[in-house]
Amino acid sequence: MAKKYELNEVEVWDGNMAAAQALRQAQVDVVAAYPITPSTPIVQNYSQFLADGYVDGDFIMVESEHSAMSGCVAASASGARAATATSSQGFALMVEVLYQASGMRLPIVLTVVNRALAAPLNVNGDHSDMYLGRDAGWINLCSYNPQEAYDLTLMAFKIGEDLDVRLPVMVHQDGFLCSHTAQNVKPLQDEVAIEFVGEYKPVNTMLDVSNPVTHGVQTEEDWHFEHKARQHNDLMNSPKVIKRVFEEFKALTGREYDFVYKYKMDDAEVAIFALGTTVESAEVAADRMREKGIKAGVVSLRVLRPFPFEQIQEALSGIKALAVMDRSAPGGTLGAMFNELSAAMLAKGESPIMLNYIYGLGGRDTTIDHLTEIFAQLDECAKAGERKYPLQQFIGLRGPKLSFY
Amino acid sequence: MAKDIKDLGWNELIPGAALFSFTEPVEDVAEVPMDERPYAPTNSHQYSVGDWRVEKPVFNRDLCIDCQFCWVFCPDLAILSRDKKMIGVLYDPCKGCGICVEVCPTNPKSLLMFPEQVDNEEALSKWPQKDEKKK
Repeated sequence: MAKKYELNEVEVWDGNMAAAQALRQAQVDVVAAYPITPSTPIVQNYSQFLADGYVDGDFIMVESEHSAMSGCVAASASGARAATATSSQGFALMVEVLYQASGMRLPIVLTVVNRALAAPLNVNGDHSDMYLGRDAGWINLCSYNPQEAYDLTLMAFKIGEDLDVRLPVMVHQDGFLCSHTAQNVKPLQDEVAIEFVGEYKPVNTMLDVSNPVTHGVQTEEDWHFEHKARQHNDLMNSPKVIKRVFEEFKALTGREYDFVYKYKMDDAEVAIFALGTTVESAEVAADRMREKGIKAGVVSLRVLRPFPFEQIQEALSGIKALAVMDRSAPGGTLGAMFNELSAAMLAKGESPIMLNYIYGLGGRDTTIDHLTEIFAQLDECAKAGERKYPLQQFIGLRGPKLSFY
Repeated sequence: MAKDIKDLGWNELIPGAALFSFTEPVEDVAEVPMDERPYAPTNSHQYSVGDWRVEKPVFNRDLCIDCQFCWVFCPDLAILSRDKKMIGVLYDPCKGCGICVEVCPTNPKSLLMFPEQVDNEEALSKWPQKDEKKK
């Protein structure tokens, strides 16, 4: 029996420690892990908890991230609660198995500390890895600070393991800006967290020898389409469970989560959309704009997948100009979030003036001044009633101004 | 009668494509003969891979010592054996991999690969003689 970990009402944890503590309290049976900056401390802290007697499960050191996720897949198919952590290149190496995990409907939890993808090699934060995995069929939850990384990691188990969902869940946090930034975190006491997450419910477990089952099967043109349709259907219907878990967590802690995050959007005329730690910077920038009389707001996603299409339409309804910030090299088109938000507003039939900003690649600092400049551009567009700037601009970049369309 | 598995819609399949071997749990399955097991439609037992072959193993009862090596090593269920006595090769689950021939210890071998189109009777008439070791 694992020892109880003495926790203060308020702990000072960075995002990695917050995620590691959530994994410990979730009483994960198997963590199969391979270290990679900046997510290493998650599994390092976890293995320390295990060595110190605070964890009952198994920790498997494997030879790559591909093996780490494969170990989680095998453990999960065998009827165990499984989780791991990764970043960047490690995430890229996991991608093949990410699709296996979701297709096999295994509720694994992956804490992703977002980091740029090489080349050139870079250990700092951007959202390249998050974007790389966005079609992998996982539920994706986004945090902006260590408290949220902790909360969402606990909730991830409860969401993914629900019998109506049975899908793996990623919890994203920004490399270094969240993962290595110590902040106040209010944890749940062990017994409260354990009761909230609940007992793991095995489904179609491989270890029932009297009723053998094959996992990871091959299907060709006869069944593959039906299985992928079922998977998509269940992912699209998972918001019912996500909403319920958010509500249960609020009842327990008072901390409120919703599919779309909004800051001062009630009367906003211009808004910045961003993911990760940029959200909190944009809030500071919005407050500065409001001091100048500009009705600025901030919008973000708490749930990246399934994409909260209707809630985004509602959140952006009535604003005059929107900046969609994408922290990933767009690879020959507009930013992915720009495209998704544009589709949502096109389908609604009323779109604000929309601008796309590529920013912060490889950990490039994005300052409050950058963000107030974006708000100023939006305000100019809103007042003119038309787009006054290129559709896609790079900000915080040295050299000649880079923009497209 | 339940729907044929080939007619099941997306909402009727087991999530994650988990495929059960049997229609009901079977205790101590190793003691239940193959043809008495309640194989589910999703079991590969029902699935023919015979047309993957270009060569087939032919079994020669006269030479076999019932060592069961082929039965143990066959990666599928293509070797039919009862009470430790070799009966023959099941051609539906046989992909023609040749492992049974490779592990057969008799001299000459009791299993040999022949082209798919060669009749088994004809194959048996062409069986090689004992391979004498050169002194």
